[in-house]
Amino acid sequence: MTDFSESGEARRPRLDEKRSFGAGAAPKDSRGWSATAMVCALFIILAAWATFQAAGQHAAAFGLGGTVSSLLFWVPVFCAALLLWPAIKSVTRGQKARDAVAAHDLITARIETASALNYAHYTVGFAALFVVVIALAQFLMANNLAVSRTFLSVPLLDLSFPLILKAFWVNIYIFVVAEICVLVWGLIVAVARLIPGKTAAPIRAIATLYTDIFRGMPAIITIYLIGFGLPLSGLPILKDLSVETYAIIALTLTFGAYVAEVYRAGIESIHWSQVAAARSLGLTYMQTMRYVIVPQAVRRIVPPLLNDFIGLQKDTALVNVIGSIDAFNQAKILSSNYFNLSPVTVVAFLFVVITIPQARFVDRILEREQRRTRAG
Amino acid sequence: MAMIEIRNISKSYGTFQVFDGLSLEVEEHQVVCLIGASGCGKSTLLRCLNGLESIDSGEIRIHGDRVTGPGVDVNALRRDVGIVFQSYNLFPHMTVLENVTLAPCKVLGKPKAEATALAMPLLERIGLAHKANEYPDRLSGGQQQRVAIVRALAMNPMILLLDEITSALDPELVAEVLNIVRDLAADGMTMLLATHEMGFAREVSSKVCFLAGGKVHEEGPPEQIFGAPTQERTAAFLQRIVEAGRL
Repeated sequence: MTDFSESGEARRPRLDEKRSFGAGAAPKDSRGWSATAMVCALFIILAAWATFQAAGQHAAAFGLGGTVSSLLFWVPVFCAALLLWPAIKSVTRGQKARDAVAAHDLITARIETASALNYAHYTVGFAALFVVVIALAQFLMANNLAVSRTFLSVPLLDLSFPLILKAFWVNIYIFVVAEICVLVWGLIVAVARLIPGKTAAPIRAIATLYTDIFRGMPAIITIYLIGFGLPLSGLPILKDLSVETYAIIALTLTFGAYVAEVYRAGIESIHWSQVAAARSLGLTYMQTMRYVIVPQAVRRIVPPLLNDFIGLQKDTALVNVIGSIDAFNQAKILSSNYFNLSPVTVVAFLFVVITIPQARFVDRILEREQRRTRAG
Repeated sequence: MAMIEIRNISKSYGTFQVFDGLSLEVEEHQVVCLIGASGCGKSTLLRCLNGLESIDSGEIRIHGDRVTGPGVDVNALRRDVGIVFQSYNLFPHMTVLENVTLAPCKVLGKPKAEATALAMPLLERIGLAHKANEYPDRLSGGQQQRVAIVRALAMNPMILLLDEITSALDPELVAEVLNIVRDLAADGMTMLLATHEMGFAREVSSKVCFLAGGKVHEEGPPEQIFGAPTQERTAAFLQRIVEAGRL
């Protein structure tokens, strides 16, 4: 509080004066949140009960046996019921906080309020998760299980999985070879774009033009043009390659353009003082790139590189336009034979499954690199 | 004939004239300190000597050979003229030993074992042999700067350029770096230093040059420059340094 002395000037607070802080006020009432948590928990339990009772009945109708169908009902309902625990905690803690405020025990009131809010947030967060699960279950059971039968027909999944997995090796072959080619080709293009000096202007122009064209052209069109165009061209060697090789060439050209830009960004992100240091020791421009700049750039671009690689892996599904029997083409054949999309679900699943370990692997190597070179 | 002859060089960045007919001679085994206000061209002059910057007119000769202008093999020049930077600029992805042996291996074509055999005594000399397999980011600033000096020395240069090598260091780390420079001076290494460490400049240098107005405004032995400068501008500069408690 400002205090005016006789002279009318603001008096400076003395050091031993007790100052009051805004945080000294009583904590806000948390009971609104607690009530919300309780309502959410009860709602989720009811919704889970209704949903998974239906799921259990469907399972029983399939002849999955009493144990499976009752598990299908009781496990989710039990999990939903667990929400009651934080909800009740939130309510009781909130009440304790109010009691503490009434008794002017601010410290306890703050602790209890914080804890009540925490429990309430837990409840609402997990309730949101349950909403997603229940909605998904409802979707799959909608229209008397029509959705499940279309996308997740168990017998068809079972039948198509080995065939599609076998065809998936074609995708793996294409993207592994293409990724190796892209790594080399992208670096060549990036370095060509960055060569300094007036005399190298034409080289830079070629590299820029290439990047502009192939980054702009849809991958499916590049695959189409190369896959059908080269055999028709009658050029020696180039006309007799396998469909997979055409796919590799097309994907290398497309993704080489992306990756060249990633490399370029990485190289340009290295501070010029590193170039000065290397050149000052007598290293040539190319030696500086080779030993000092590119090794540092590569470490920085691993995450965006993985992005482009995952893009490349997914785009191997486009090779079906030139008739390669890859996983997607195989799945399309199966799904038109059985008039059901479950085989395509298998392909989707396979593509997702292969990317996850790669992401974790990249996280791991980055972490290890950091531990090795960064200070303590 | 002086070892380094800088004759009447001029250079400008856009409208800013860094050098306006600057001339300077450095004899072999001399230690020359460049002092002057920020932006007076101390660092630029060192970078020109090493071919990292070009000049607009005039010429620089080392042992009578012109090292500026078209047709000069800058890579060959840099083998003989080493430079150490204010911000160390070690290669963070290489160990200390790899930093030191990179240029001997790749530029001079020495086998790795030979380069290592030459590098280890140098690291020993600066007391960092036990850090040979450490990465630069794990070293203190003073240690990094000592490694940077050794990296330049590993090429066995005729001339060593030191560009404000203690400016980025915590005060208690400055001495460990300056001791190495002192040793090198005692060994007869020809050195040019851009520095703000006036006390050190006074102690170690055989000649001090005060740069101002794109020229060497005043040069002479340290006792004269620091003790009895003849030029008003030099005296004013030194006065400010004294006021800042740096001399």
